[in-house]
Amino acid sequence: MRVGLFIPCYIDQLYPQVGVATLQLLEKLGCEVVYPPDQTCCGQPMANSGFEHLTGGCNELFIKNFEDFDYIVAPSGSCVLHIKEHLHGDTGIPKKIFELVEFLTDILKIEHLEATFPHKVGLHQSCHGQRGLHLAQMSELMAAPFSKLERLLSMVRGLELIGLDRVDECCGFGGTFCVAEEAVSVKMGKDRCADHIKHGAEFITASDMSCLMHLEGILRRANSNVRVKHIAEILNSNDTA
Amino acid sequence: MTQHKDHAALAAAFNKDEPRVDWHDQTLWWVRRKRDIAASKVPDWEALRETASGIKDNVLSNLSQYLARFEQESIANGVKVHWASDATEHNEIVYSILHRHGIEKMVKSKSMLTEECHLNEFLDEKGIEVVDTDLGERVVQLAGEPPSHIVLPCIHKKKEEIGEIFHQHLGTPKGNADPKFLTHAAREHLREKFLTRRAALTGINFAVAATGEFVVCTNEGNADMGAHLADVHIACMGIEKLIPERKHLGVFLRLLTRSATGQPITTYSSHFRRPRPGQEMHVVLVDNGRSAHLGRTDFRNSLKCIRCAACFNTCPVYRRSGGHSYHTAVAGPIGSILSPNFDMKKNGDLPFASTLCGSCSNVCPVKIDIHQQLYKWRQVIVQEGYAPLAKKAAMRTMNWVLSKPGVYHTAGKTGRWFMLNVPFTVNNGLNAWYRQREMPEPPGQSFGEWYKKNKHEQQG
Repeated sequence: MRVGLFIPCYIDQLYPQVGVATLQLLEKLGCEVVYPPDQTCCGQPMANSGFEHLTGGCNELFIKNFEDFDYIVAPSGSCVLHIKEHLHGDTGIPKKIFELVEFLTDILKIEHLEATFPHKVGLHQSCHGQRGLHLAQMSELMAAPFSKLERLLSMVRGLELIGLDRVDECCGFGGTFCVAEEAVSVKMGKDRCADHIKHGAEFITASDMSCLMHLEGILRRANSNVRVKHIAEILNSNDTA
Repeated sequence: MTQHKDHAALAAAFNKDEPRVDWHDQTLWWVRRKRDIAASKVPDWEALRETASGIKDNVLSNLSQYLARFEQESIANGVKVHWASDATEHNEIVYSILHRHGIEKMVKSKSMLTEECHLNEFLDEKGIEVVDTDLGERVVQLAGEPPSHIVLPCIHKKKEEIGEIFHQHLGTPKGNADPKFLTHAAREHLREKFLTRRAALTGINFAVAATGEFVVCTNEGNADMGAHLADVHIACMGIEKLIPERKHLGVFLRLLTRSATGQPITTYSSHFRRPRPGQEMHVVLVDNGRSAHLGRTDFRNSLKCIRCAACFNTCPVYRRSGGHSYHTAVAGPIGSILSPNFDMKKNGDLPFASTLCGSCSNVCPVKIDIHQQLYKWRQVIVQEGYAPLAKKAAMRTMNWVLSKPGVYHTAGKTGRWFMLNVPFTVNNGLNAWYRQREMPEPPGQSFGEWYKKNKHEQQG
C-alpha cells in the first residue's frame, strides 16, 4: 500500500517532529510512505476567511502531488476535512484522504501498538476531526458513544487518560479567528487549559496541532508545566521515563 | 442606521471583565446541560429532529400554498389578516389598528419579529406606550437595552442588577435582589397593565395552515393574560412560521422547549383560533427579507428556525461574547446566518464570529447546517466586496506563496515568514497572537528539510 504523506504547512514549518512521528508510525505499521516534496498547504486558511475562490493554485498543486497514491494520510483532521469538503472534481482524492487516527482505525484496523507514554494525558477533541470526520461521538447528539482517539490511546502502555468537565468544547483557535477575535479566542483557550489542569493533566493531546499550538501559547505564557503533544507523537512514543 | 462596532470589538469589551465572562459562560452552559438531559430522555430524539427538519423542508417548498390556505382559514375563523412586505409596513399596520381604536397603551408578549422590526421605537415615536410583559423583556425594557438572548432576554443581567432596576423603576426596596420577591413585584406591576390595556400584541410560534389557528408558547402565561383581557389581539409572525397541520405540533412542541431550556414543554402552549365575541383578532404576516432569503439556495433552510436558541447556549463564542456583541435582534449562530441577508455591509462581520466548531448544527432541533452556512456566508461577503482591503491583500500574498512550492520553501526557510503571515496575517501590524499567547518556537529545520536529509538521501 503506497501512502502519500501530507504534512500541513504549519506542521512542516513549526512542528516538524509531528511529521516525523507520523512517518515513523506509518512505516512501523508496514506502510510504504512517500512525502512529495513540492507540497505546501490545503488552502483552508484562505477558504475559511472567505477566500475559497483564491485556492485554485493550492488545489492544483495538491492534486498534482497526491492523485497517484492509494491513500493520502495527514496528521490533521482540519486540513483533511477541508480537502474532503472542498476539493471538487473527479480526482478521487476526497475518498482516499484520511486523517491519521481514522487511517489507523478504519484502514489499517490496528488492534495493538508498541508504544509507551507513562503520563496523565488530557484529550482535546479537535472540532473538525470530531464533528467533521466523526473521530468520536459528539456530546450534542443522543447517540452511542465511541472514540477512535481514546481507543488508540488506550493501547499506549502507562498512559492515563484524565476526564474533563466539558468533553468536546472548542479551544478557540479557529484559523484566522485566533487573531481576528483575539479576546474570545484566548478566553476559550484559557478555559480549555483550566479544565485539563483541574483534572491533573501533564500533557494535552489532540489530532490537530493547530489547536495545540494555540493552547501551548497560552500555557507557556502562564508558565504552566503542562505540555502539549500531538497524538502521533504519543502513539509513536517509547518514553519509559 | 448608526455605525456600530463590529463583533470582535464588542466581544473584546465584554471580555474586559473576566469573572463576568465566566459567570455568563457557566450560566448558559448550565442551560445547554439541561437541554442534553431533557433530550436524552426522548428515546428517538435524533429521529424527531429529522422529522421536524423534513416537515419544515415541505413548508419552505410549498410556502405560498400554505400561506394562502392559512389566510383563507383564518378569515373564515373571523380573523383579520394583513400582509407586510417589510418592517415599515408591519409597524404601520400595527399602528393603524391601534389608531383606529384610539388606543395609546398596549401590552406585548415576546416576539422577536417585533424586535427585528423595531416596533417599540416606532410606536413610541407615535406616542403609543408599549409594555413588554415577558419578565425578562420587561427587565431589559426598563433598563433601556435590547434583549441579549431570544429565549432568555436578560440573561446578561445578574439578580442584583435586576434588583437595582426594579428599585429605580418599580420602587422595590434598595438592595433587595431576592428572585422570588422581585418576581412578585413584577407580577403586581404587570397585573395592573394587563387589566387596563385594551390591546395586546403577541408573537406566533406555530401557525397551522390547515385550520388557520396559531400557537403561542410562553412560560409565564403573559401572552394569554394580555390576549384574553384585551379588546384587540394583534398577532405578528414571519411567513416561515407555518406548519401544515395541527398534528405536526406534536413534533415541534416536543422539540422546542427541550432544546431551549431543558423543560419537557412550555408551561403554556396556547392555541388561538377565533376572536371571542366582541374581540378583534388580527394576524400580520411579515416577509421582511424572507422571500429573498428563500431564494438563496445555500441559505434558505435557515428559515426552518423555531427560535429555541439552543445554538446560542452551546456556542462557545456566544457564551464568551454576550448577546449584545452581535448588534442584531437575533444574536448567536442563527442570527449570524440570518442577519447578513438583511444587510451584508452592517452584518458582514457576524459569519466570522465563529470558530466553525459545528456544535450549533448538532443541537439544532430542525437540523439547520448552521456552521456550513457561516462558511458559505464568508465566501459571499468577500465576493460581494465587503472584506477589508488589508485582509484581501494579505490573502492574495498568502495564496501566492502557498501555491508555489519554490517560493514557499524560500519564504519558509526559517519559519519566520510563516509566523508573521499565517494566520497572523489578518492582523494589521499589532501581533494579536502574542498579546496573550507565546509564539511557537521555530524549529531548526522544517519537516521537508528533515525528510530530504534523512529519507530522500537514504532512498538514494
